[in-house]
Amino acid sequence: MQKYSGFGLFKHSLTHHENWQRVWRNPTPKKKYDVIIIGGGGHGLATAYYLAKEHGITNVAVLEKGHLGGGNACRNTTIVRSNYLWDESAALYEHSMQLWEGLAQELNYNVMFSQRGVYHTCHTLQDMRSNERLVAANRLQGIDNEMVDAEQLQKEIPSLDCSKNARYPIMGASVQRRAGNARHDAVAWGYARAADALGVDLIQSCEVIDMEISDGKITGVKTKQYGVLKADRVGCVVAGNSGVLAKMAGFELPVESHPLQALVSEPIKPFLDTVVMSNHVHGYMSQSDKGDLVIGAGIDGWVGYGQRGSYGIIEHTIQAIVEMFPCTSRVRMNRQWGGIVDACPDASPIISETPIKNLFFNCGWGTGGFKGTPGSGNLFAHTLADGKPHPIAEPFSIQRFHTGALIDEHGAAGVAH
Amino acid sequence: MTQQNRLTSGGRIDRSTPLTFTYNGKQYKGFKGDTLASAMLANGIDVVARSFKYSRPRGIVACGAEEPNAVLQLGATEATQVPNVRATQQELFDGLVSASTNGWPSVDTDVMGMIGKMGGNMMPPGFYYKTFMFPESLWDTYESMIRKAAGIGRAPKEKDPDTYDAINQHCDVMIVGAGPAGLAAALTAARGGARVIIADEQNEFGGSLLNSTEQLDGKPATEWVRAVVEELSTYDDVLLLPRSTVNGYHDHNFLTIHERRTDHLADIAPVNTVRQRMHRVRAKWVVLATGAHERPLVYANNDVPGCMITGAVSAYINRYGVVPGNELVVMTTNDYGYQAALDWADAGRKVVAIVDTREAAVGDRTEAARQRGLNIISGSAVIEVQGTKRVTGVSVAGLSASGAKVIGSVTKLKADTVATSGGWSPVIHLSCHTGSRPVWSDSVVGFLPGPTVQKQLTAGGINGQYETAVALQEGLDAGQKALAEVGLAVADVVLPEAKTLKVAAPMSLFHIPHLKPTSQAPKQFVDYQTDVTAAGIEIACREGFEAIEHVKRYTAMGFGTDQGKLGNINGMAVAAKALNKTIPETGTTVFRPNYTPIAFGAIIGRNAGALFEPERYTAMHKWHVEQGAMFEDVGQWKRPWYYPQKGESMQQSLNRECMAVRNAVGILDASTLGKIDVQGKDAREFLGRVYSNAWAKLAIGKCRYGLMCGEDGMVFDDGVTACLGENHFVMTTTTGGAAHVYEWLEIYHQTEWPELEVYFNTVTDHWSTATITGPNSRKLLEELTDFDVSNDNFRYMDWKQITVAGVPARVFRISFTGELSFEINVQANYGMAVWEKLIEAGAKYGLTPYGTETMHVLRAEKGFIIAGQDTDGSVHPYDLGMGWCVSNQKPFSYIGKRGMNRSDCTRANRKQLVGLKTKDPKQVIPEGSAAVLDPNGPKPLEIQGHISSSYWSETLGHSIAMGFIKGGLDKMGETVYYPLGDGTVIEAEICSPIFFDPKGERQNV
Repeated sequence: MQKYSGFGLFKHSLTHHENWQRVWRNPTPKKKYDVIIIGGGGHGLATAYYLAKEHGITNVAVLEKGHLGGGNACRNTTIVRSNYLWDESAALYEHSMQLWEGLAQELNYNVMFSQRGVYHTCHTLQDMRSNERLVAANRLQGIDNEMVDAEQLQKEIPSLDCSKNARYPIMGASVQRRAGNARHDAVAWGYARAADALGVDLIQSCEVIDMEISDGKITGVKTKQYGVLKADRVGCVVAGNSGVLAKMAGFELPVESHPLQALVSEPIKPFLDTVVMSNHVHGYMSQSDKGDLVIGAGIDGWVGYGQRGSYGIIEHTIQAIVEMFPCTSRVRMNRQWGGIVDACPDASPIISETPIKNLFFNCGWGTGGFKGTPGSGNLFAHTLADGKPHPIAEPFSIQRFHTGALIDEHGAAGVAH
Repeated sequence: MTQQNRLTSGGRIDRSTPLTFTYNGKQYKGFKGDTLASAMLANGIDVVARSFKYSRPRGIVACGAEEPNAVLQLGATEATQVPNVRATQQELFDGLVSASTNGWPSVDTDVMGMIGKMGGNMMPPGFYYKTFMFPESLWDTYESMIRKAAGIGRAPKEKDPDTYDAINQHCDVMIVGAGPAGLAAALTAARGGARVIIADEQNEFGGSLLNSTEQLDGKPATEWVRAVVEELSTYDDVLLLPRSTVNGYHDHNFLTIHERRTDHLADIAPVNTVRQRMHRVRAKWVVLATGAHERPLVYANNDVPGCMITGAVSAYINRYGVVPGNELVVMTTNDYGYQAALDWADAGRKVVAIVDTREAAVGDRTEAARQRGLNIISGSAVIEVQGTKRVTGVSVAGLSASGAKVIGSVTKLKADTVATSGGWSPVIHLSCHTGSRPVWSDSVVGFLPGPTVQKQLTAGGINGQYETAVALQEGLDAGQKALAEVGLAVADVVLPEAKTLKVAAPMSLFHIPHLKPTSQAPKQFVDYQTDVTAAGIEIACREGFEAIEHVKRYTAMGFGTDQGKLGNINGMAVAAKALNKTIPETGTTVFRPNYTPIAFGAIIGRNAGALFEPERYTAMHKWHVEQGAMFEDVGQWKRPWYYPQKGESMQQSLNRECMAVRNAVGILDASTLGKIDVQGKDAREFLGRVYSNAWAKLAIGKCRYGLMCGEDGMVFDDGVTACLGENHFVMTTTTGGAAHVYEWLEIYHQTEWPELEVYFNTVTDHWSTATITGPNSRKLLEELTDFDVSNDNFRYMDWKQITVAGVPARVFRISFTGELSFEINVQANYGMAVWEKLIEAGAKYGLTPYGTETMHVLRAEKGFIIAGQDTDGSVHPYDLGMGWCVSNQKPFSYIGKRGMNRSDCTRANRKQLVGLKTKDPKQVIPEGSAAVLDPNGPKPLEIQGHISSSYWSETLGHSIAMGFIKGGLDKMGETVYYPLGDGTVIEAEICSPIFFDPKGERQNV
């Protein structure tokens, strides 16, 4: 793999950037792989990378029906945090957080992970209780999270309306200072490049149309473009389309696919360096390095696969943003879009074995998958390598919906997951 | 300053109304009818911006929504600042204040420009992914530098003084665009009797006809426009919306129109007018007559101010009476480009040359130029421009037949303006918003609207039809088709006669080659605003970013505020060439709303400030305010939290209120509790299915407490429901959960059990509720009613229809404090009167108003849960020690039964609700604290549970808490520890959550 650095840039500028290597090959698929990963989004690519790097399994293909990182990987609002409530989720997201730290150096690709802090504002006594509970739990879990009062918050975020005149005056906030943002495209591309360098075949424009299953065991997948590709193990990481692939394999998942929208303003001079989330007013916002205000909207109440949502959701979201940041009323919204999120009833993901032997699913990340990308890939690689889940992933088995051992993160997740 | 580029006559400006405006602190003059851009060009302002990445000087390129460079800051005061206004779309008004947004010390003399020049080569696409990584600790520093350079304009620091609103509209035909096609469609639909809305983003209707000297019926085309607009104005059912951009086209023919009502008048909207308005339109049929955007050609240094598109040059001359330079070179791949040269010559300025990339094209326009004696250089191209802050000359060279290579020698020509035309791109944005994929047309050399499921028609430029006669005909056809579709008769419309000109075939050429390879040639810009060059796109492709979405994302092409209206097709063409594919094989990116940016304020309309989730008040709110109550937000309600008396701390108020209830009588405004009227012959059955406990035997006149669980068996709401009649109940819910419960009931009724005959009606604010509670409450009630409210006649958990203070009342004898209580419900209009009577009569019994906080303390003393505070979506009734509230005998089952009986829900050691008594009785454990068994044990400590409710109990003289502990119900008397953030640890003993009157005797007296 060609090493990227400032010096490298300078060197290549002397030859007019004509000699950069390809970031990844464009291979023709082999007939058989040790592991096939369906889905070339962030999670799938991270899975492939860790399979190759940590488990030495390099005879791996990632099959992507469109282009790499073209789904939710490039549609999210790029928030990374690990301050979840329950021990199981805290362990999962903190595992991910620790992989985020140093990821740019590990991949030799600047994923621009900026730990500028994520704030959850509290507007009611119940908000305060919930956040104090979260902070107390996180402290024992070894995860940084702290409360700040409204006065301190106003100092840290001058543009946020912390006054008593707000509709729901802010009483305080919890803040995870290690949390922040990363550059979403770079994460997918960085993992793709590193996986490719380790020998993983990244096959774009390759759609899986059926599963090859006999005696309750998967032996490969059928693709639209290349026919049957054999594999010892198959991992499915396709977010919104998880239900469709599960159906091919003959079982149902406890997930619903909904459109989730996001929007950006025009680029303006940065006035907000952190992420601010309000579960009560139902808005959250950060500002990108380009200057766009990046705003997450809610999910549509109904299910669907169209990557666009209802206008009413946009109206409600912007109401919340202007209420929180009155200075944005004359700022203009540039663009909105939607992604399809696969949500579990308990707002926690599934990293699991399935009723089909050697077929594994990693899905159900719902509205909050981006932050989980490294951890998800890392743990799922373990699952695919060992044929059984990593201890951190164990509680996230599909079985939990049978036993009732749910990990209900609606409180910590809110709309702003 | 004089307007050196202004013509003495012509155009649609009003020279008798001069306007003064400010740009970068300097005053200039323009005229009514100008845009800010046309006025700037009239004044000879060349540099209007510095580019995003390389800080290169930039000038005005276009005249409409596609303008990438002239993006300015507007606003005369701090509060009225508007970032990123496109000067080409901003009408000039007197006193307009504008400024460029980048460049230090000024946009003309920018230090960063030097860095851009020297460091530009170090900034290929995605350079930031390849560097700023070492050392890791410096990323924050690198990033803060990057952020300093980010953004275009700036947000105001003050609150928006303007108001906005929204209107819902319905129509038969929604016509987008009021050029020749749109107007013909509107005229037809209107004459046919349809309800029509026609919207256009410009200040007046006419579209391309406003920019040209074209004639219809032998008269200026604008005469026809005026006549049509006049006629349309006479129809009651036709809504004309100028200055209104259709920004989004959503499923089921739902469109949003952003109308700018006052931005052309002043900095701030005049009194009693809204600045902007959103129209939310549901249209039976939509006619897209959105026209086309001209494509510039991509050539070396094509961003130097003075480089424009030909259509814009014509528009500035014909519409605004402004010639944006003195010596023009036109480069074109098609006949339409010649028009700019003809208009320029008509304006009396020098046309240096028309450089046509085609060999020997013969059309009516080319011949007109030839006859005028203009210098036409065929089979050639402008391969490079000279100049930095203004074009000073061009290099022209011959092209190979395909346009792929430069052949022959280079000629240098002196010029200050270069107008290019690479053809026109149909404005297909709206048609793409609903998911329709556009289709490439080789003959149009552009993408056309693809197949759609919407009831959508298209007419004119959007179909690649650029001749006025054809556009008019297509508009008429669309109008007739829409009439037929909505069931109206054919309309009688005769179109004006337009001269049809002969047009030679255009050449499919986008990127002009240079003598040097693209990677070494001077920068050839594809997307001006994001500084994306042809070389950059080639690098992206070479590096393996081959999908067009990858190209876009890696280079940032199309990510600007113009969303690539000017550059996207060129970028796709450059990528296609680099990948050795055709443009349709390369594919297109997806257009999404908004077509042009919209102020947040406009999107939210009136739902701001006091009208953002309006506060809900009970009928007694005024009284609470007068008593100096502190309020708590619960849902949208303002509830009295506590009533401080002079000099009291909050704790002192609570102590006083609590003791009053325990020793005398208190009064609580309980009006906000959700109330749902449930009727129908299956009402009882329905209740049995949505509550975990049994309802079959609840007699008329009785009340019962119920728990509501989700499918997972976890509690989400609770409340008391009273039986009013055999088929009639009134359900109460928590204050914050009322709307959700109501939806829950409806969802289950409508989707799961539609066979049940049951009806729900939310009646929360029909009633006012005064709860009187405490040993003296009966005596107080007796003062105000003739009814026998003795324990024998009015039992605990009964309700009675009686008269209180002369008003009909439903009185429930239920208790949330553990004391003898009566909840008096009267029609809300009587609420205040009855409340005041109670206050008056209560004085002698020590009646004390109390708020939600005291309510919480009193119920916690009794171990009563609050749904949402003592539940969190992970506890079922048994976890709460409320197994008594579950009936497994119900014939049909109930929501949550299966969920709460899954193996994990019935295992040992689940977290269970218990009471907690601190070792030090004065210590109150902070709510939310986490319990551990051994605070000194190995890390991480296993969390045993958390504190959900915790208070000082004045009644008991010690603190009380409710919380969850793993296996807590079997651990009575054991000790747990709560390590706090400050390092201290609170020790507590697990006990029953019922701290006071465990047998419940006080409420039964």
